[in-house]
Amino acid sequence: MPQKSDPELLVKMAEEARKGRLSRRDFMNFALAAGIGTSMASGFWTTKVAMAAPKKGGTFRWGIHDGNTSDTHDPGTYVTRQMIFLAHQYRSYLTMINPDNSLGPDLATSWEATPDAKQWTFKLHKDAVFHSGKKVTAKDVVASMNHHRGEKSTSAAKSLLTSVTDIIADDDHTVTFKLNGGNADLPWLMTDYHLAVCPADGDGIDWKSGDGCGPYKIDSGEFGVSWSLSRHDGWHGEGAYFDKVEMTILNDPNARQTALVTGDVDCVSLVDLKTLALLKRNPNIAVDNVPSGAAITMPMFCDTAPFDDVNVRQALKLSIDRQEIIDKIAFGAATMGNDFHLAPVQPYFPEEIPQREYDPDKAKSLLKKAGAEGLSVSLSTADSVFSGAVDMCVLYAEQAKKAGIKINVVREPSDGYYSDVWLKKPFTAVSWGARPTPDVMFSLAYKDDAAWNESHWQNAEFNKLLLQAKAELDQKKRAEMYHDMCMLMRDDGGTIIPFFNNFVYARRKNVMHGENLAASWSCDGARAPSRWWFA
Amino acid sequence: MSDVLSIVLKRLGLGVITLFVISVLIFGAVEMLPGDIAEAVLGMGATEENVAAMREQLGLNQPAPVRYFDWLSGAVVGDFGVSLVTQTPVGEVIGPRFANTLFLATYAAAIAVPVAIFLGVVVALLRNTLFDRVANVLALTSISSPEFFLGYILILYLSVKTGMFPAIAKISGDMTFLELLQRTFLPALTMVLVVVAHMMRMTRAAIINLLSSPYIEMARLKGMPAWRVIIKHALPNAWAPIINVVALNLAYLITGVVLVEVVFVYPGIGQLLVDSVTKRDFTVVQACCLIFAATFILLNLAADVLAILTNPRLRYKK
Repeated sequence: MPQKSDPELLVKMAEEARKGRLSRRDFMNFALAAGIGTSMASGFWTTKVAMAAPKKGGTFRWGIHDGNTSDTHDPGTYVTRQMIFLAHQYRSYLTMINPDNSLGPDLATSWEATPDAKQWTFKLHKDAVFHSGKKVTAKDVVASMNHHRGEKSTSAAKSLLTSVTDIIADDDHTVTFKLNGGNADLPWLMTDYHLAVCPADGDGIDWKSGDGCGPYKIDSGEFGVSWSLSRHDGWHGEGAYFDKVEMTILNDPNARQTALVTGDVDCVSLVDLKTLALLKRNPNIAVDNVPSGAAITMPMFCDTAPFDDVNVRQALKLSIDRQEIIDKIAFGAATMGNDFHLAPVQPYFPEEIPQREYDPDKAKSLLKKAGAEGLSVSLSTADSVFSGAVDMCVLYAEQAKKAGIKINVVREPSDGYYSDVWLKKPFTAVSWGARPTPDVMFSLAYKDDAAWNESHWQNAEFNKLLLQAKAELDQKKRAEMYHDMCMLMRDDGGTIIPFFNNFVYARRKNVMHGENLAASWSCDGARAPSRWWFA
Repeated sequence: MSDVLSIVLKRLGLGVITLFVISVLIFGAVEMLPGDIAEAVLGMGATEENVAAMREQLGLNQPAPVRYFDWLSGAVVGDFGVSLVTQTPVGEVIGPRFANTLFLATYAAAIAVPVAIFLGVVVALLRNTLFDRVANVLALTSISSPEFFLGYILILYLSVKTGMFPAIAKISGDMTFLELLQRTFLPALTMVLVVVAHMMRMTRAAIINLLSSPYIEMARLKGMPAWRVIIKHALPNAWAPIINVVALNLAYLITGVVLVEVVFVYPGIGQLLVDSVTKRDFTVVQACCLIFAATFILLNLAADVLAILTNPRLRYKK
């Protein structure tokens, strides 16, 4: 590198970095090589590069996976990524998860609870308008939430709102939720992708027209094929730098990769991990590898032999070599699990719980204690659980041999796996989407009477703590409770958690984003179009 | 000509019965799939209550035969019902997709059929030469490779490396016809490669078969050039088997394109069918399958009629 005077070089490098030609790591390396101190280089990066003002303009072409022709605009039946990605463009929510994974405002500008957390009041943004020009009022919010409630509702979000007894519009811009028990997490629940705000229409909502109050409005589109959107000038939030957004459904991993490489799209929402290394070699493409709260779990029925003995459960948890599984199955794009269902990117993650290591000898001695030497169990899985699910189970079976455990991997049909195998067979492999808070996740799959208590786990102390923590508004006390619950899950629970998978997506280098990327969904919490910009 | 007419009518009648049997089979097959539409639509987020609510809304709580005859009574008067998932009429759902599939099939056929017959004649003329061998090996290689593999190879060489054609056949209404042809060239070419071999080899075999006949020998002996012998004397008698193979391949161009559609992201009917099966959307699945079945029946009928028309011995009463 030619020796130039430091400031000049730094400015040039910052310019390169802003254009996306230099990563932060390269920037720091070059800066150090040029004799610029770490703190100065780092400071320079934050002020001059990362904070570079986003530019307006351009058409963001976005290739997305998992779209189906038979999807609809009904927020209650959103299930594919196509609809989740689209929903965050054309519709708005009360709250949103910020790029740094904290909770931030969307339609609601502020919210507060009564001390028992049984009543929550949301103040709405006064300037928010639908694409049709109609003002967003409390009435629309109430109708949108009621769409997921009541006996006739077919919404998948119904279970999320069962504790809500009433939703009242206090005035045009104030909404109050009344609950039958304290819930400190209600503002977090409002980020759920089903709970989009639609215009009220008679007794219900008008979801059919596709009107919304999100950053982009739909110009044209076809389910399972493509969508064209343009900026909604009346949007109440910040961002939405692109003039237009074009979403193309690319279900085939190869088609996605090709479209990105040939420049047919600017970003793809999912990258095939097997070819990730090859993609990274392309100088025009940047890969984002973002840890998430989406877990792979292997629940064992705690009321069924041999899993009814905690020693057996612990032995099975000790017989898995998580690092090898992450390296070989997830190609390194994962965060190690520790047998409690809470990831480091999620709120209340207990840092101080030690990582459980692969220890076949200890597993053996535990089995001896339980009188279950030569244990043989069947593990059900299917290809559709996640890419590599069967391979993972086979690898685990090999690892468990060292502890003297025989695991028969049963490959079940992919079709109907979640209706016929999961919750029916005693030992299965499952893939979970991320939930916003530990309370939601624990209540859904670990509470004693939860319909999806996939491990049939009954622990009185855990269930007591769960109810206490739910209504606790003191953050410190709450964190302690979640720490204790995680310890119980880890040591007594019936679920093995090998890893939390990362969101791995890729963009052309001229697409820029801020320093943090939200971990709630792929592509910056599904909000790439409103948060990213062209260099 | 009345013979032809009676054949057509008889075959159409049998075709209707075939369609009916197929519709029963499809309904049975969809019924046998694990899970139902309510579970498929609500996904993993389904609870007992909202699955029940959705079943009631869609009338899924009625017994299977009742639902089938409900559908059938509409279908016989041309009402194929609404998509169970989106509640839009099946015709609206399928129409544009089927048009896209027909366009791609026509595009591929317009290239494949002339090329295959021309090559078939040429290799028959030059049989057992190096050209014949090379053409056969290439054609057999392309027919033996799965479509998606051929597609990827074409994408690699004609799109990623050279940038001549787009890898994604994304089409929109405001494209000119030429743009459309360029956009969809790679999927069309893939399908051409898949179907050419079959037609070419049948042409070659049919012609070579005739070349040992006495009348061909006569033509040769009177000093006719080889290409004229084939065009004027052999080909007219070889049409019947060639037409049959062409019809089969045309049907394949419409019904066998799912993989090509997926690889090139082309919004055709195959992808729609796959999507509908995963959602257990019976009415759409049924309509798609009936379209496929009708395609086979009609093209086979057309082939038989054409074979009769090209054969004077069948055309006139004895």
